[in-house]
Amino acid sequence: MRTTTVIIGAGQAGLAMSWWLAKHSIDHVVLERGEPANSWRTERWDSLRLLTPNWQSRLPGYRYQGSDPDGFRTMPETIAFLSDYAKAIAAPVRSHTTVTSLRRHVDGYEVTTDKGNWRCDTVVIASGACNIAQVPSVSASVPDGVDSLTTMQYRNPDQIADGGVLVVGASASGTQIADELQRAGRSVTLAVGEHVRIPRVYRGKDIQWWMDAAGVLDERYDTIDDIVRVRNLPSLQLAGYPDRRTIDLNSLTEIGVKLAGRLAGINHGKGQFSGSLRNVCALADLKMNRLLNSIDEWVAENPASEGIDAPHRFDATEVEESPALLVDFSRSGIKTIIWATGFRPDYSWLDVPVLDRKGLVRHDGGVVTESPGMYLMGMPFLRRRKSTLIDGVGDDARDLSAHLVAHIKATSPLSTPLVA
Amino acid sequence: MTTATASKTVDNGVNVEALLGAREALINAPEAAKFKWRASVTWVGGTHSRSTIDGFYGLGEEQKHRSTFTFDADHPEVFASADKGATPVELVLAGLASCLTAGVAAVAQNREIQLRSVTATLEAGMDIRGILGADPDVRNGFEGIKVTYTIDADASREDIEALVAQSQKRSAVYDIITNPTNVTVEVA
Repeated sequence: MRTTTVIIGAGQAGLAMSWWLAKHSIDHVVLERGEPANSWRTERWDSLRLLTPNWQSRLPGYRYQGSDPDGFRTMPETIAFLSDYAKAIAAPVRSHTTVTSLRRHVDGYEVTTDKGNWRCDTVVIASGACNIAQVPSVSASVPDGVDSLTTMQYRNPDQIADGGVLVVGASASGTQIADELQRAGRSVTLAVGEHVRIPRVYRGKDIQWWMDAAGVLDERYDTIDDIVRVRNLPSLQLAGYPDRRTIDLNSLTEIGVKLAGRLAGINHGKGQFSGSLRNVCALADLKMNRLLNSIDEWVAENPASEGIDAPHRFDATEVEESPALLVDFSRSGIKTIIWATGFRPDYSWLDVPVLDRKGLVRHDGGVVTESPGMYLMGMPFLRRRKSTLIDGVGDDARDLSAHLVAHIKATSPLSTPLVA
Repeated sequence: MTTATASKTVDNGVNVEALLGAREALINAPEAAKFKWRASVTWVGGTHSRSTIDGFYGLGEEQKHRSTFTFDADHPEVFASADKGATPVELVLAGLASCLTAGVAAVAQNREIQLRSVTATLEAGMDIRGILGADPDVRNGFEGIKVTYTIDADASREDIEALVAQSQKRSAVYDIITNPTNVTVEVA
């Protein structure tokens, strides 16, 4: 089979790219291992809601039309939203088609799937940033009798044995799961490394509203001092609760969650926690306040917005005098460890040598310059701070589709499928 | 790296350009980033020992300090020792504070903050029943370390707190003390 462009993955990024390619009259297919929005269907826990409000899902040619713009979608609602988008734009999705290999072929690419092969001039990797749960090497030392699972395997508290739970990682997933399990009667210890503290609501507005309004989410990758650092930042410590409450380490401490430092090792059935808890909390508080300062400055320069409350600051993160450094799992009744330690993409099918030492695709704002005609989408800060958001993939797709069209024009002027 | 206050020259005596250049270069040459730090220690007598530090390995070859440094360590008279040097645990505190203070200066330079004075005082609690073997439930090491910085600089309190926080984030000795390290001691 032959087409001009193969898009791998029918999540928000692949679908947004499909919309732009259709607009440019570029013949293409979207290959999807499951159904559109597959990761949202199969790799998320039951109570999870999107961390971005409903209004913040402006896809090319599509947006939220419901009556609760400030609410947060449940997973079924997220799946429905993206499936409806795929239908509305009539995206040429080939569902249940798993890519097993992508390699160069003559001047273009050959994509092998479990449903036949595709030849194409250009390819867009939109298979996501979170395919594999990343688990630190200390997980190899988890003692017998302690269950170990990742956030991808976690569904709800019924799955988790009574008693103690150690949640490792205090970003969006770890804090939400710690909150849910503590409220379900488990006794949760949360291992806290570097994290990004951020309030759900500030001065009466959702934090995403502020970052959108002040242009923070539109910041481009080529204007950032240290792009490697920002691309590796942990996810924002946010939750999309219907009551819009903020989740942070203080709210967890209040319901009885015990905070410990980063899990540094497991030896003889004892977890060893870093003594750096106080500093990672201080760093997160300082960074949060810098963000709030920049919001306040933006308000001062852009007055006349309505419904904005007075500026205020949140309590510093409270850390007990001597947080635990050593926890004996059996003596303290910890029967489960949940690894909320991030994700990485799966490129086991990618047979083009474009991966760096860390196994990530080398690219310049989504253009894989070492392999002309190859594009990447949906990675942290790919082109903009919002590149991984449903709301952010549209601008990236517009830019990259324009580059893709120029590439096709430049390389195959005779066979161009472009319509003037 | 540039700010509107280009006329003001911040100089904390740290060559940040060289450090940033090294970081850039080492991203693509991870072998050169592998260092080995060394010390040799000789027993002098009693609890008194002398450490000698002169060479280390890094950037792919053997390196030498500009001169050989020596440090005496001993225990105080309340331990029935001759007190011919600081105790090893005090040298650990000195190592931590020196590392953090170097970080404060470097981060301040990078953030264009002029330092006028930086002083750290440290205190670490210890229950010596641990090292005496008097109570197996008491650890040998510190119960905790408290570092207090007094910093005079052209910056807000919040910016100074951020300097101190960032220096901890990038400190080797802070990491060595706060996280476990495998230690192998052999007899040659």
